[in-house]
Amino acid sequence: MRTLKKRGGAVAVAACVVLTLAACGDSSIDDETEANEERAEELGDCGEINMAINPWDGYRASAYVIGTVAEQELGCTVNYKDLKEDVSWQGFGTGEVDVIIEDWGHPDLEKKFFEGEGDGSAMDFGPNGNVGIIGWFVPPWLAEEHPEVLDWEGLNEFASEFETSESGGKGQFLGSDPSFVQFDEAIVSNLGLDFEVVFSGSEAASISAFEKAEENKEFVIGYWWEPHYFNAEVPMQRVALPPYEEGCQDDPAKVACDYPETPLKKIVSTSWVDEGGPGVEAIQNFEWTNEDQNLVAKYIAVDKMSPEDAAAQWIEDNPDKVEAWLPTS
Amino acid sequence: MTATLAPAPPEPDAPPPEEPVARRGLPRWAWALIVIGVWVVVYAFTKGQDTLVLPGREHTDLHDTLTGFRDDVLASRDSNPIIQLTYAVGERFVAVVEWVQTLISVPDFPRPVPQVGWLGVTAVAAWVGLALAGWRIALLVAASFVSFGFFGYWSDAMDLLIVTFVAVAVSVLVGMPLAIWLGTTRNRYVLAAINTTLDILQTMPTFVYLLPIVLFVGIGPSGAVACTLLYSLPPIIRIAGHGIRGVSTTTLEATDSAGQTRWQRLLKVQLPMARRTIVVGLNQTIMAALAMATLAAYVNGPGLGKPVLAALQSRDVGGGFVPGMLIVVMAVMLDRTTTAASEAPEKRIRDGADPKIRRIVLGVTGALALVAVYLSREQIDLARFPENDVRRTVADGVNDLVDWFTDTFGGLTGGFKDVISYGLLNPLESLLAESPWYVVAVAILALSAVLGGVRALLPTVICLAGLWYFDLWHDAMVTLNMTLVGTILVMALALVLGVWMARRPRVDLVLRPVLDAGQTIPPFVYLIPILGLFEATRFTAIVAGVIYAAPVAIKLVADGIKGVSPATLEASRATGSTTWQEITKVQLPMARGSLVLAANQGLLYVLSMAVIGGMVGAGALGYDVVLGFSRSEEWGKGAAAGISIVLLGILIDRICRAAAHRDPVTHDPSKRPWWRAASI
Amino acid sequence: MTAVVDQPEQTGAATTDAALSVRGLWKIFGSGAEKIIGTPDAELSRADLKQKTGCVVGVKDVSFEVAPGEVFVVMGLSGSGKSTLVRCLTRLIEPTAGEVVIDGRDITKAGAGDLRELRRTHTSMVFQHFGLLPHKQVIDNVAFGLEIRGISKKERRARAGEIVDLVGLTGFEQSYPDQLSGGMQQRVGLARALANDPSLLLFDEPFSALDPLIRRDMQNEVIRLHHELGKTMVFITHDLQEALKLGDRILIMRDGEMVQVGAPDEVVAAPADDYVRDFVSDVPRSHVLTLKWVMRDPRPDDSMDGPVMKADTIVRQAAKAALASDHPVRVVDENDRVVGIVDDDAILRVVVAEEEAPA
Repeated sequence: MRTLKKRGGAVAVAACVVLTLAACGDSSIDDETEANEERAEELGDCGEINMAINPWDGYRASAYVIGTVAEQELGCTVNYKDLKEDVSWQGFGTGEVDVIIEDWGHPDLEKKFFEGEGDGSAMDFGPNGNVGIIGWFVPPWLAEEHPEVLDWEGLNEFASEFETSESGGKGQFLGSDPSFVQFDEAIVSNLGLDFEVVFSGSEAASISAFEKAEENKEFVIGYWWEPHYFNAEVPMQRVALPPYEEGCQDDPAKVACDYPETPLKKIVSTSWVDEGGPGVEAIQNFEWTNEDQNLVAKYIAVDKMSPEDAAAQWIEDNPDKVEAWLPTS
Repeated sequence: MTATLAPAPPEPDAPPPEEPVARRGLPRWAWALIVIGVWVVVYAFTKGQDTLVLPGREHTDLHDTLTGFRDDVLASRDSNPIIQLTYAVGERFVAVVEWVQTLISVPDFPRPVPQVGWLGVTAVAAWVGLALAGWRIALLVAASFVSFGFFGYWSDAMDLLIVTFVAVAVSVLVGMPLAIWLGTTRNRYVLAAINTTLDILQTMPTFVYLLPIVLFVGIGPSGAVACTLLYSLPPIIRIAGHGIRGVSTTTLEATDSAGQTRWQRLLKVQLPMARRTIVVGLNQTIMAALAMATLAAYVNGPGLGKPVLAALQSRDVGGGFVPGMLIVVMAVMLDRTTTAASEAPEKRIRDGADPKIRRIVLGVTGALALVAVYLSREQIDLARFPENDVRRTVADGVNDLVDWFTDTFGGLTGGFKDVISYGLLNPLESLLAESPWYVVAVAILALSAVLGGVRALLPTVICLAGLWYFDLWHDAMVTLNMTLVGTILVMALALVLGVWMARRPRVDLVLRPVLDAGQTIPPFVYLIPILGLFEATRFTAIVAGVIYAAPVAIKLVADGIKGVSPATLEASRATGSTTWQEITKVQLPMARGSLVLAANQGLLYVLSMAVIGGMVGAGALGYDVVLGFSRSEEWGKGAAAGISIVLLGILIDRICRAAAHRDPVTHDPSKRPWWRAASI
Repeated sequence: MTAVVDQPEQTGAATTDAALSVRGLWKIFGSGAEKIIGTPDAELSRADLKQKTGCVVGVKDVSFEVAPGEVFVVMGLSGSGKSTLVRCLTRLIEPTAGEVVIDGRDITKAGAGDLRELRRTHTSMVFQHFGLLPHKQVIDNVAFGLEIRGISKKERRARAGEIVDLVGLTGFEQSYPDQLSGGMQQRVGLARALANDPSLLLFDEPFSALDPLIRRDMQNEVIRLHHELGKTMVFITHDLQEALKLGDRILIMRDGEMVQVGAPDEVVAAPADDYVRDFVSDVPRSHVLTLKWVMRDPRPDDSMDGPVMKADTIVRQAAKAALASDHPVRVVDENDRVVGIVDDDAILRVVVAEEEAPA
């Protein structure tokens, strides 16, 4: 019992110390609250933007830059929601998601959620300025040492070099995260390549593989894309496949051509657009280049800045570009 | 007739503990080898036929039907009463979570900070710890909360706590009545039905929960609470039910004979006497909830899972390590608190503590906590944890360490990977996945009959038929193969470390906390370093599974060996056996029950990592599940893969259990894995 | 211990003066058990019945009566059905057929509420493995019966305190069961049973789990309590010594059936069959048999100078006086009428046979 009392006493003393210390601190919560209220009044009611965050750094760069602009310049409340693409689209109808800032083309989802065939909960809000280039890539050392591999017809010659414990005696082609549109199994078989598609399963796994291959001068070929900050670190080289022609990817089983260049676009919730406001306008105006995105993505992924800090940094450095996105009214 | 006979007369048709194998003259393992031998011969001639391969990005009509079901549900979500209901429930969850968030975790606009700041929350939490479990726990709680703020994850940590608590509260509300039902019913069919449902829920990899939950409840806090709740339900039902069922029949009779009502029986006897077991169940439920709430970051569930996941995506090992360790801290805090809280009241009485002094202490400290709450509402530094660079410093340190490690050992580990892959993984996979499917089915059936007897046949047939039906046979075999190889590695580790721990208390003392942490830390944290060492391969997935499963298996083996009667050990020493003989002739054989259990748990844990494996190059069912989750048109394939994983798990579990049941040493109901713990 | 009371044979329903009356009690385990009673199958042996129907007989057509204040012992080996029998008395096990009348009420027909009332106020039971509540202190364990009757904490603790003193647990009120020895725990079990002030106490092998010395203490304790409180008791045991020591009358069971009912000396002196004879063969007969069982009819030439003893005097107690006297003992009944003669030979036959037996 005595120890109990003693400890109780110790706590009381400690609490007194805290109290005294606290009394010295200045109270700024009230000030900040007032400032927040004033700012809110000043900027008017911008409302909320529910911004889906799809799981790659380039996307995150775009989302946080325009999100930060909307928050700071327009006083919107931006809720970032970490979601995969498919789940994000489902959220349009329930009001859980308002904006997908970078969409790589999902014909099946468009069919389900666009006006016309679908329920009309989502709509195309125009390009975001980035151009997606999907294709087969090899690490730079390989492109330099064996330029033959940069054309698909030269691949079979090296098939055995690409073999791994996973590829069952054939050359390994590294497929990527299941989220992405991939026809590689069909391409490999339709072009008669002596390769086996092995899925890395995630972007992170693919990057690890490419990084290691470049470092140790190992053979690797896989599904990759631009824009991506990783290309700044390791400039992956594209392998030429039979060029894309309109309709050559219509039947997934018969694909034997390269992926098309994709202008990336913004997809938004129809009901959110109907509500209107400065936030809607800003999203509509948002457009930037692959270089812009790569830079911010690099801040995040390589320099390990938080997405918020990375966005703030870029906004500070590019006031004119930001100005162009703000609503004119 | 004695009392023990009275409640349950011997079943007339219960088979005597016969040993049919013994009668045939060959031990079971020999028969198993014969089966495998025949299989290999048949495989040599039929290799590559009817393997039912389905390429990674293709699906079948059945999968389209499942996708169609999803589409129908989605299309009807504005009118479908079930979805309306589940969404309404989900909205309640959101309302509660968001309200508590503005209270303690996120700024309550226009305030720049939550209503109560970190000091207030920490003080109140510590006070609750004090009231429930005493000074030590209060200190532990306070230190844990301060660490959340100190490492810069205050808000995420609070969110994780909120989601966990809301989900656990509902789990207990829903689970306890079911546990009581499970613990008191005499209806064998009800028992079987509840147990099978729980088996399915517990075998289903956490990732698979997300598919239907997103569909029915939506994303964000609602989805997070819903899947956490669903996933954390089985432990409380199962363990509490087991505890209630295990209450001494003599005591029940004695108190019945005093004329109690059913309610009195439940409230005054069954529940109090099962209290310790119920707390174990609550404990497991909280751990399961933590694991799931972390994964719920995939559907925008708030909490520490978010930074962990973000770190995985930008391959920032250190950035994931810090929140990952905070999850471990939270798990340890909750575990110790619940355990101590369950023992505290009785301990107080036994120690003869004076309730008056306790009241005074609680009153004074409570008042202090309120003062802290008040201050944390007024002072910005007491509301928002002062910023510091510790998080980044630690993260960078971890990154450097991991880089150094992968650079230094990358070649070595690559070689190791190749040895295992070419020597074990590939040949076994070829046998399982390249044999015609019917050959594999017959072989598995024969093995289950040899190992598990008649008991194992029915579940084996059902599971194999299910695997065939869902059109992912080949992928299932590849996953099964990885699971088997992973379990072999797990058991090798478990035997070595388990024996070592059991024989050297100091080793136990050092290893146990490491194992505890290994069990609680989210696998995402260690995926990247393993990827660095082993690349995107099946072996990486296996290593992840081994890291996840080994702690449980090691602990089971160590505890089993420790449980070997010291008298037997003494006797063997008296006959002059060497240490090696002591281990191999006495300790391991006598701990056979625990070894089988460890293998069973190892299999299920490794299997439960199949989905995570799919993200690092394992392909097969894991990849299919991620695919279904990621791509709208593949939803049906993902669902089929999820079901296939469950079927594989039940197949493995039932064969193991049946095999253990036929073994005289392991046939011990108290060692059945009713407590199967959290798994990702 | 009260004197042996020979129960007059009672028939029909006029049994209101018996504390407990059991008639035609059956317990068969297994499905379809009800249908077996009354058919020829019911007469089958236990093994045959199990073979034929899959059902197991626990109690087979048992009838007996217990007078108020009597200690009635049911004895048998394990598996003989005695524990099932005692559980049927308060329907802890539901009997398959038959009547159990306690204080004039047939409890087999009682509703759930009545049954509960009976268990709360009329009967109490003491169990082999104590069945204490580990989470409650001794005082609250004792008060449990009162608690579930809804008696206030203060009152029930006061009453339980008295009982605690009565069974010699004073000073242990605040202990938890696991802090007590087995013997002490059973005292708690005994106190709990007494706290309800029941008219009928049931004991299910209460002392089998205890050490021999403690068991003897506890037996003496029961004897003492019986003297002080005069409760009716039904006592289950597999220990013949215990049965002889405590029982006013003993019911011997085998395979669920009654084999013999009688006073201890009757059972020892006149076993009903070989089973009982085998059972009692090791009993020190001089400790049990009364003069009634060793006397011969008086003859005209018998000496009338020997000591006079009652017929229910135990041989061992009579031995010294009888052997000291030159004349045979004259045995008299309650009316001091000489009913028999016991000479030295008769005494020695009992005592010496017993000495030789173990050798």
